[in-house]
Amino acid sequence: MALTSIQVIAFGMIAEKIKTKELVLEYMPDTEVLLGYLYQQYPDLQHTKFSIAINKKMAVGKTAIPVGAEVALLPPFSGG
Amino acid sequence: MDRFERQYILPGFGKEAQHKLKQAKVLVIGAGGLGCPVLLYLAAAGVGTIGIVDGDMVSLSNLNRQVLFGEGDLGLNKAETAGHFLKAKYHDIKINCIPEFITTQNIKAIFSKYDLIIDGSDNFPTRYLVNDACVLLGKPLVFGAVYQNEGQVAILNGKGHNSINYRDIFPDPPTAYEIPNCNETGVLGVLPGIIGTLQAAEAIKYLTGYGVALVDKMLFYNLLSHQSYSMELSKNPDSKKGIPFSMEALEATDYAVVCGDGDSVDWEEAFSLLNKFPGGTLIDVREADEFPKLKGFKFQSVPLDLIEEKHQEWLNSELILLFCQSGVRSLKAVKMLEKHFPGKKIHSISGGIEAPDSPIYK
Repeated sequence: MALTSIQVIAFGMIAEKIKTKELVLEYMPDTEVLLGYLYQQYPDLQHTKFSIAINKKMAVGKTAIPVGAEVALLPPFSGG
Repeated sequence: MDRFERQYILPGFGKEAQHKLKQAKVLVIGAGGLGCPVLLYLAAAGVGTIGIVDGDMVSLSNLNRQVLFGEGDLGLNKAETAGHFLKAKYHDIKINCIPEFITTQNIKAIFSKYDLIIDGSDNFPTRYLVNDACVLLGKPLVFGAVYQNEGQVAILNGKGHNSINYRDIFPDPPTAYEIPNCNETGVLGVLPGIIGTLQAAEAIKYLTGYGVALVDKMLFYNLLSHQSYSMELSKNPDSKKGIPFSMEALEATDYAVVCGDGDSVDWEEAFSLLNKFPGGTLIDVREADEFPKLKGFKFQSVPLDLIEEKHQEWLNSELILLFCQSGVRSLKAVKMLEKHFPGKKIHSISGGIEAPDSPIYK
């Protein structure tokens, strides 16, 4: 993976909505830019709640994305 | 020698850890797909007091994953049936069966008798209620949940006052319509088996200090690929907004409404609406094998996956009321029918056949 890209991994319902578990995207500086891109590409995501982790640490609010980072999109599950 | 020898001879575990398990009082919410393995392993490990809270009855479609139950248990209460089985296996632990659903009204009294809570419930209203009560009452929570072939496990509220809770990760509850549960999307029985076993392992580690427990971390597991993903959780300033200020405020909160269940009515309202609109229709959207059945009232049985196909049948109904086991699928049916009949009076019955005011208890 090029250092000028970010790797996105998706779980549960999010993977269903974006139709893949992994995406490689052009570098984006922060989570707000990333969300804007995802909402535009996959409008369905606007109606789904999920949390974001960058390099395995949960990100809260607008958070910078380091170059080459792995970003995870994590929805809640309710089943038991 | 006793039945715990194989675990206390483990280096680093020892009789001290075994004693901690014996002293522990653990409450398991839901004796379902997650609760069954949690209960089996906690009882086998020698947790001294185990509470089982579940108001649900065993259905045929539960048996692929709820391994404490068999064909002879259909229609029986899950907490009592699970408790009976565990009591027969071991004489040296205390099992308390609470054959009720956890609610805003009983949660404080039930939680007060336990020092660790394990959530094996199957819906967001219960999960948010349990989380909020754990925060307000200062109880550590072993969280576990599944979706299709994936599962999540975490220990929340495990470090006292400044711990991470579920609302730090997901501040606002999703609607039932947004994220379906096992009854709707299907699940292989082994997945809750694995996730529930992980919850039992984390509970034992947390109680004894053996190993590194998933405190303030969440583990994701995928059954199909065996990939796991563990993330460090963070505090979220938005989490406080959703948690009631006190237990009194929690008792006055309607978690069904908080979780986007606003199209719902309770059973009393449902019957008064049916009196008002005699041309109304009451529909059970559960599968044919689910218990208990509604008796003494006129209703139709149309499983959720046929609602779309059959919707024309209700074209002339002036009112449509839908119910299921717990109010999740009926809410989904409301959304489907609202698309075909905008403006028609269509409601889900909150809490379904298992709601505290359900006619099955009268």
